[in-house]
Amino acid sequence: MRSEESSIRIFHGLWALTNRELKKWYKEPVFLLLSLIQPVIWLGLFGKSMNIGAIFTEQSFNLPGLNIPKQVIDEISKYALLNSFGTTDYFSFLAIGMLAFVSVFTSITTGMSIVWDRRFGILDKLLSTPIPRGTIIISKVLNGIIRSLTQSAIALIIAILLGLDLTHFSLIGILETFSALFLMTIGLGSIFVMVAIRSTSWQSQMAVMNLLNLPLTFTSNAMFPIQFMPDWLQYVAKINPVSYAIDICRQALIGSTGFASMTFEYAYLSIFAFIFSFIGILLSWKALNK
Amino acid sequence: MDNEFDERIIVKAINLTKVFNNSTKAVDNISFEVFKGEVFGLLGPNGAGKTTTIKMLTTVLRPTSGTAYINGYDIVKDASRVRRMISAVPQEFTADEDLTGYENLILTADLYGIPREISKKRAIELLELVGLKDAAKRKVETYSGGMRRRLEIACGLINRPVLLFLDEPTLGLDVQTRYAIWEYVKKIKEEFDMTIFLSTHYLEEADSLCSRIAIIDHGRIVKIGSPEELKRSLGGDLIEIKIDTSDIDLSEYIYSIPGVKEVKKIDSTYRIKASSGEEVAPLIFELIRTKGYTIQRVSISKPSLDEAYLEITGRRLREEQSSFEEIMSFRRTIRRTRA
Repeated sequence: MRSEESSIRIFHGLWALTNRELKKWYKEPVFLLLSLIQPVIWLGLFGKSMNIGAIFTEQSFNLPGLNIPKQVIDEISKYALLNSFGTTDYFSFLAIGMLAFVSVFTSITTGMSIVWDRRFGILDKLLSTPIPRGTIIISKVLNGIIRSLTQSAIALIIAILLGLDLTHFSLIGILETFSALFLMTIGLGSIFVMVAIRSTSWQSQMAVMNLLNLPLTFTSNAMFPIQFMPDWLQYVAKINPVSYAIDICRQALIGSTGFASMTFEYAYLSIFAFIFSFIGILLSWKALNK
Repeated sequence: MDNEFDERIIVKAINLTKVFNNSTKAVDNISFEVFKGEVFGLLGPNGAGKTTTIKMLTTVLRPTSGTAYINGYDIVKDASRVRRMISAVPQEFTADEDLTGYENLILTADLYGIPREISKKRAIELLELVGLKDAAKRKVETYSGGMRRRLEIACGLINRPVLLFLDEPTLGLDVQTRYAIWEYVKKIKEEFDMTIFLSTHYLEEADSLCSRIAIIDHGRIVKIGSPEELKRSLGGDLIEIKIDTSDIDLSEYIYSIPGVKEVKKIDSTYRIKASSGEEVAPLIFELIRTKGYTIQRVSISKPSLDEAYLEITGRRLREEQSSFEEIMSFRRTIRRTRA
């Protein structure tokens, strides 16, 4: 027999596949630049325009007949913000929300590359090689995680440049932040890869992406604290894993008070990551074994 | 490993069937054998089940029922062993456009777990073999269709397969490029002494490359044989003779000549089917001359595979260029969206 009886080193193939896609991204400076635009828009334009702190100033509290001292307004402002957002700086509150939003958005798009691969026959080509089916799927998820976390890191730097509150900043805080985002993207990435692997056209995959992206963000605490939401939305927000990731990030980076303890939130995210990556990878694997 | 396995056989398909969505029978209960060292062609129109058959044999799709053995290994139960022995060149261009030709080969080698020190050497050898040495360091997006196809074939050789699958290897290429690809296929066949399993809907391709052809239509194999056998099954060569008059009918005299199978008179022209045209024709000339008539025009044609195909399936193979054009325009759209 003249064929290669080479034992397949799983991690070799895994890295080859993951790197194949990452290369497209880091080899093209344009892509990196484009990926910067989104966080800049969200943080710089959206974050800065939602200047909620300005509501609590003398001008907006200039009630006829009442002469409220500035000090009172300042105190009210401070406590109102602290009670609602867990921090006195709404920009910082929102910036962390955007950090996670960027992560969610990027992990949603990871599924797209599978749709291309299938369309171009690359997936079939891979399926005829000795690469294990699972490795193909995991490489996609891994690719999504690396891209998401890189994007979030860029978003964090931009947030700092735009004036993120750094009084509580620490290395441990950063590690906690990214471990939370990691758990979130592993779960989300697996689900979206599973959806993409079954989708027959890129149009339908785009539709799924758009359908899920904003609801996932709006039903979380990305822009507004959970406790002021209507009851039914609170339930949704408290199931949404994005809320937990954001809450950990806020507690870790800007020292805000969370809606639950970090231990509980980590546990919740870990369970989410485990269950959804298990289901996602298993169902993707089944789809590839048709 | 099947103990009673015939050493000469490399592919043995047994009642291979694939049903999509519980209704469409893409491949319908086909059985055939491919011998070691031959170029085996699956010939049929688009939608006949060629690609589905190849996808099952290359373990991409799981058969609905039936199975096949490749080098003695079951494509379902021993899929991972099969994958290590084969290589598939799909009809699409799967090379990464953003990488160079060389990088694509290394990437493919990585997927087979071939150590870098071996894959680097092989990549250079293969690029030279398919005439892409000078383009090795260029991005694939700058390659022409023929170059891409050659690169795909080179990628398919990186793991030194014992069996190489080529799905529509010249789909959408212009005639000249197609001939060039045939030359490369013949060359690699000699160089690596392997078995090639190809699918095509071009008759000339099957005729020029294959030692045996299976004609597939509606998911069933209609006929298997060497190109010569298929042509011979038509009933031999066609002799056309035009004489100076149409008033007299010589059909019966001609028919009495040994070797002649069929005579048809159309005005002053006789269409004669004979087992061996070169030997029978002089006898016919002799006959006509002794009867006192003059031959004005003669032609002897060997039956083409096209005619054989027509005879066997009752249809002509159309060149289905348009569907490929669609794919290409689709690819261009996607590239634009992607960038």
